[in-house]
Amino acid sequence: MATALKQDDSGKNQPENAENVVVRFAGDSGDGMQLTGGQFTLSTALSGSDLATFPDFPAEIRAPQGTLFGVSAFQINFGSRAIETAGDQPDVLIAMNPAALKTNVDALRDGGLIIADAGEFGKRNLDKAKYENNPLDDGSLAKWQLLKLDISALTLEAVKPFGLGNKEALRCKNMWTLGLALWMFEREREPIIDWLKSKFAKLPDIADANIAALNAGHAYGETAELSGDGLGSGHLTTRKVGAAPSAPGEYRTVTGAEALSLGLVAGAQLADLPMFFGGYPITPASAILHHLSRLKEFGVTTFQAEDEIAAIAAAIGASYAGKLGITSSSGPGIALKGEAMGLAIMTELPLVIINSQRGGPSTGLPTKTEQSDLYQAIYGRNGDAPMPVIAARSPGDAFECAIEAVRIAVQYMTPVMLLTDGYIANAAEPWKIPDVSSLEPFPTSFLDTMPEGGLKPYSRDEKLARPWIKPGTPGLMHRIGGIEKGVDTGHIDYGAANHQQMTEIRRDKVLGVANSIPDQEVALGKAGGKLAVVGWGSTFGPIHQAVRRAVEAGKDVAHIHIRNIWPMPKNLGELLKSYDRVIVPEMNTGQLKTVLRDQFLVDAKPVNKVSGQPFTITEIEAAIEENLS
Amino acid sequence: MNEMTKITTLKDWETDQEVRWCPGCGDYAILKAVQRTMPELGVRPEDTVFISGIGCSSRFPYYMETYGFHTIHGRAPAVATGAKLANPDLDVWIVTGDGDALSIGGNHTMHLLRRNLNCQIMLFNNEIYGLTKGQYSPTSRVGTNSPSTPYGSVDRPASPCAFALGAGARFIARGIDIHKDLTNVLKAAHKHQGAAFIEIFQNCIVYNKDVFDEFAAKKTAASTQLLLADGEPMLFEKGAKGITLDRDTLSLKVVDVVDGDWQAANVIVHDVTNRAVAYMLIEMPFGEFPMAIGVLYDDPRPTFESAVIAQNEEAAKGKKRDLQALLNKGQTWTVAEPQHDL
Repeated sequence: MATALKQDDSGKNQPENAENVVVRFAGDSGDGMQLTGGQFTLSTALSGSDLATFPDFPAEIRAPQGTLFGVSAFQINFGSRAIETAGDQPDVLIAMNPAALKTNVDALRDGGLIIADAGEFGKRNLDKAKYENNPLDDGSLAKWQLLKLDISALTLEAVKPFGLGNKEALRCKNMWTLGLALWMFEREREPIIDWLKSKFAKLPDIADANIAALNAGHAYGETAELSGDGLGSGHLTTRKVGAAPSAPGEYRTVTGAEALSLGLVAGAQLADLPMFFGGYPITPASAILHHLSRLKEFGVTTFQAEDEIAAIAAAIGASYAGKLGITSSSGPGIALKGEAMGLAIMTELPLVIINSQRGGPSTGLPTKTEQSDLYQAIYGRNGDAPMPVIAARSPGDAFECAIEAVRIAVQYMTPVMLLTDGYIANAAEPWKIPDVSSLEPFPTSFLDTMPEGGLKPYSRDEKLARPWIKPGTPGLMHRIGGIEKGVDTGHIDYGAANHQQMTEIRRDKVLGVANSIPDQEVALGKAGGKLAVVGWGSTFGPIHQAVRRAVEAGKDVAHIHIRNIWPMPKNLGELLKSYDRVIVPEMNTGQLKTVLRDQFLVDAKPVNKVSGQPFTITEIEAAIEENLS
Repeated sequence: MNEMTKITTLKDWETDQEVRWCPGCGDYAILKAVQRTMPELGVRPEDTVFISGIGCSSRFPYYMETYGFHTIHGRAPAVATGAKLANPDLDVWIVTGDGDALSIGGNHTMHLLRRNLNCQIMLFNNEIYGLTKGQYSPTSRVGTNSPSTPYGSVDRPASPCAFALGAGARFIARGIDIHKDLTNVLKAAHKHQGAAFIEIFQNCIVYNKDVFDEFAAKKTAASTQLLLADGEPMLFEKGAKGITLDRDTLSLKVVDVVDGDWQAANVIVHDVTNRAVAYMLIEMPFGEFPMAIGVLYDDPRPTFESAVIAQNEEAAKGKKRDLQALLNKGQTWTVAEPQHDL
């Protein structure tokens, strides 16, 4: 991938054909970098390139301007072939101030291009970024190409006709930068212009100023290329990144939070149930609450509860009353919901619990990604409290996983934990829009008449699921609760033999979910061989690319990615044992590794990263290399 | 509700479950009062749900032949909120205690009252943790000796009704477990559209025996209880005493009523919609004043679930429930066929 932007020997400004390019926009958290990245993503997706993004922003909403901890970045990897990660190293870094340069430049590949807003490199900002000298002038950036542009001044000039105040005018900087980026990669401006018009429909002056800045950035690229000016060591050239091959169909971009929300709506529809969603604001899970709260026409009721416990308790109450109860949070909130999960397990009510994982423990790294809640998901409750757990591997996959979580919850009368993470929640990717008619319905049935032999609220079907009886149903009044239930009757029963039996039933019911899930497939490579790289969740991209490169280089490596974390697919143990070695890259200190060792007595080896950043492909490649030698 | 709507008898509301409270517990009297009241409400067992938390009081649902959900400590209001939003036709009763509602579940109680979920909340106040064997509770009086406070408790108690009023409750009442008037309080609570908060003084005969005797004892009730009725003067001591407003200090005071002429003594006529007077009645220090019993405050406002449902309907109006269209929303592009193989 690093071949894309190597400076050509001729030094001429010719369009380069790149297989893929990684661009990182970095600026102050008030500079609108996420917006810039998001719009660049949209335009890139519409051009048909495959892509993956990685928004990386601070926990502070508006950290003091110009500071190192206030830097917000958005990385996009796009290309004319399948893209599975947001890219290891940026090829292009757009730095809107000294702090953005300082915190991001080390990630840039050698020879990569820096575009810096020289207008922001005054003493004050340099001090805030703890630079003694101006890095744009002191030669410290020599191993990269450098383009110094006074974006601030150029923007002020471009928006002059609209009579904005200085502060307002400077807020158009991100659109100027976007315009330049669109020019560089030959992307269309139209979708952005349409978006600006609709976003600022009530403020036409602001819309026009932003459009003018966008056009000015674009025009700047054209002129600068022609004039071949000497603004630094770098050259402004356009890069062609073509459309990526993909299956025929209609596409859109989707973030994990969007796809998951849509999947829940689809799941509820397939189950023929109205949805009740109880949530409490928490990063990075809130986006799901926001999406669903706008979908009332799909029978969705959203409830912002007073706390995490109330959010799940209300969802349990709604399931009890016959709706599909759903709650969502991130690690700290999931911890608070633990006791209520036990109640749902004991009362055997369907419930979907979504954990958008972030760095922990405690408050940890609220805006950074991690996979360290796997133990919590499988084991994190008092008592023997089994619960199915599934994990989405990408934004698009979150749609299918949400449907699967709903199916398991209603068919097995059990709470289900659905794991995603901060990376999946925020990252965008092109998504082939599913054909709704191809989704298989699983309509819910309620018990509404007295069964032969009398009412037994804890009787079982072949899946060991108990009947779902809605309050309001004549003749079937009964009581449920968190105290141990008598087998079949559901009456309070503290008996020794009864508790043994009920504990085993709850365990077997959840283990039985394995009968309804597909066998574990090998995502890439073959079954059996020297090395299996086993992952779960959002590590799919880097593992897949690293294994692909290894396989292309003739190495005996396979990629296995587990969606059903609990219970695991029935063939998984045998499959893992068919390899000489098994490594498990995870963004934690080895949680899936431990579960695999426990379940299958395989000598799984950990590959861990807990920096709040996703794995790079290179890191996985290195682990593969190490384990093959 | 009148007799015409009676569709059940007391027997229809009793379960076959063995009642497991201590012999002599005030809970028995409350259970009977509720079972006696239900037929008079004209409601059906299948539409009725009793939802409880944890504690002695929270065993209540097992003994009502209705739907019942014995949840977890303090969370009954949250479970009830979900159930009611899911099916607003359910007639929801929350059964809770002083520890359940005001300690571990204080947050949920506050928000349920603030939101005004249409339900009845019966808070059995016995000023003690019974099921965990007698620790002092958030309503225990200063100096309460208990296993966890062998030298007496030092923290000031919460006042359930003052808490409810402060949280925005629109119906607040007090009752006594063995009081025959409890059914009238329950009926008024059920009639109220919105969150109806009832503090029931309940005698824990094992860990806090007769703690309310000073006003609950039948023998002295005439002089220790102010039985409130909407539109009636606030009289007690068989009409010999009344409550009036001291206009200088803007506070209540007890006055003698001579020859039944309460108007001459400026005795206040109870107006259940008067929030300021409700607050003064709740805060009357016992001893100097009688204990106010009955409906203290009743001034309905639109309920939470009706507002949620109305907004859901409004927001959905004119929109098609088309999942495919939802998935295709926004800017999309079409890939005609694969360009080349990888």
